Amino acid sequence: MAVMAEPVVAPARRSSLWSRAFESRHFLGAMFMVPAIAILILFLAYPLALGFWLGMTDTKIGGAGRYIGFQNFVSLSKDSVFWLSVFNTIFYTVAASAVKFAIGLYLALLLNERLPFKSMVRAIVLLPFVVPTVLSAIAFWWIYDSQFSIISWVLIKAGLITRYIDFLGDPWNARWSVVAANIWRGVPFVAITLLAGLQTISPSLYEAANLDGATNMQRFRHITLPMLSPIIAVVMTFSVLMTFTDFQLIYTITRGGPINSTHLMATLSFQRAITGGNLGEGAAISNAMIPFLVAAILLSFFGLQRSRWQQGGRD
Amino acid sequence: MSTADDQSVGMDYLESFPRKFLRVYLPLGLIIFFLLFPFYWMAIATFKPDAEMYDYEKYNPFWIVHPTLEHIKKLFFDTDYPLWMWNTVIVSVSSTFISLFASVCAAYAIERLRYKGSRYVGLAIFLGYLVPPSILFIPLAAIVFQLGLFDGNLALILTYPTFLIPFCTWLLMGYFRTIPYELEECALIDGATRLQILMKITLPLSLPGVISAGIFAFTLSWNEFIYALTFISSSENKTIPVGAITELVNGDVYHWGALMAAALTGSVPVVILYSFFVEYYVSAMTGAVKE
Repeated sequence: MAVMAEPVVAPARRSSLWSRAFESRHFLGAMFMVPAIAILILFLAYPLALGFWLGMTDTKIGGAGRYIGFQNFVSLSKDSVFWLSVFNTIFYTVAASAVKFAIGLYLALLLNERLPFKSMVRAIVLLPFVVPTVLSAIAFWWIYDSQFSIISWVLIKAGLITRYIDFLGDPWNARWSVVAANIWRGVPFVAITLLAGLQTISPSLYEAANLDGATNMQRFRHITLPMLSPIIAVVMTFSVLMTFTDFQLIYTITRGGPINSTHLMATLSFQRAITGGNLGEGAAISNAMIPFLVAAILLSFFGLQRSRWQQGGRD
Repeated sequence: MSTADDQSVGMDYLESFPRKFLRVYLPLGLIIFFLLFPFYWMAIATFKPDAEMYDYEKYNPFWIVHPTLEHIKKLFFDTDYPLWMWNTVIVSVSSTFISLFASVCAAYAIERLRYKGSRYVGLAIFLGYLVPPSILFIPLAAIVFQLGLFDGNLALILTYPTFLIPFCTWLLMGYFRTIPYELEECALIDGATRLQILMKITLPLSLPGVISAGIFAFTLSWNEFIYALTFISSSENKTIPVGAITELVNGDVYHWGALMAAALTGSVPVVILYSFFVEYYVSAMTGAVKE
């Protein structure tokens, strides 16, 4: 606390209204909030509301729209591409999140072992999360290239396949390919945060379990998992939100193709709104994501409450 | 998963090396291999001449026989890449500073001044973090256009703080909470103003938190894609991620070498910054979740 050594000079008491206002916590608190609140209202809250409104209009780029109520949603409900994008988004989110959780937890447990160069290993593991997504997606794009894919080359040399795999040309291949890229990017985040959770678990719990003769599986099932569950809920909520609203990976690797089979709701709304110029319709697609997001947040929120209550915690 | 559940703490040294190798080092090594491979592939393609890049029969694809700087030269001299890099730096640095300033003030007010309703404002700001850019970009595009900011750095500098401020504020609130109240109370009794307390006590003590918030903000804005893709149209105003995938592809012709060079050189600045501050980065990331 070396900072404390420097005496803080007492100001001369002035009794003007202005300086008295600055002594007030409430006034000062409000003043301190101005920069953050101004930016967040102008560029976050207002656009969010404007987005709801745009979804109910037929606005085109460069022209004012008029209110058309739920017509956008009605036409979307008959739009097979929209429903395909809903399916793709759910598939992408569920498949990627499940694998990210499994590998992330496994990796966290491995990293929690006694390892040489522990902090260096942690730093390396986190790299895919740090590097700009689009730039690493470009690497995946090249890895999945139809003629020069290194995966195909290795598999052919190993004698496992006879022809180059068309990773991005076939609907299901393309779906799994983007899921794999998303897993690659998301695993480090899950692993490192779960590792932080593992390190908060007191070793004495494991020692007690050892004395009671618990097996490894029992210790994992009855100590690690329950102690970790609040962090699992937080991490997976974030992971699901990020995956569900992902745009960058898809836009870079497939642009929604082949024949819309990898279009997510986010990429479809970009295509309709910006490329196609139908801002209103694009906004309606964006808005259709909101119920899913709210559901994901509520689910983990109530899940957390429940687990806290079970552990006898406050709140 | 069956090997993962071994949690033996303290008795580790009893385990034989071959067993630990199979249980820990081998799977860990495999996972790290897969996590690092795309970077290797990116780097190798950057320095590989076209002749080797498109000929897997004559050359082993995992190796470079005649390394070349041709792709990097092309990227830096035949494209707008230097401008993209410049834009990315300007946008990331400016939006990071704006966000840090706003977040320090907000987090201090919420956590330390505890003004009326501060808890709710804090919660509202945190909820702002959960609003994804892929919902906001369409209305934001309309606003950016109306404000006359379209196709300029300012559009990005002003919109990036919307996802940076909630995150930084949240992170800094956690940091401020770790500083004992007594320090501030003493200073208050000595007659310091709130502003002096913030500048001379709280901020210096929470410098690690401010640094990690800054690094996070910088990497997040360096990463940002959808706003930059939507609000910027001319090549000279683009950022690296957008420029790379919109300008280095001519119709069906992919300049793979240049693309990979762009991916590699665009990643290097964040990786350098990250490796200098990795401990801050990791502790901030994990600390934010532990809260």
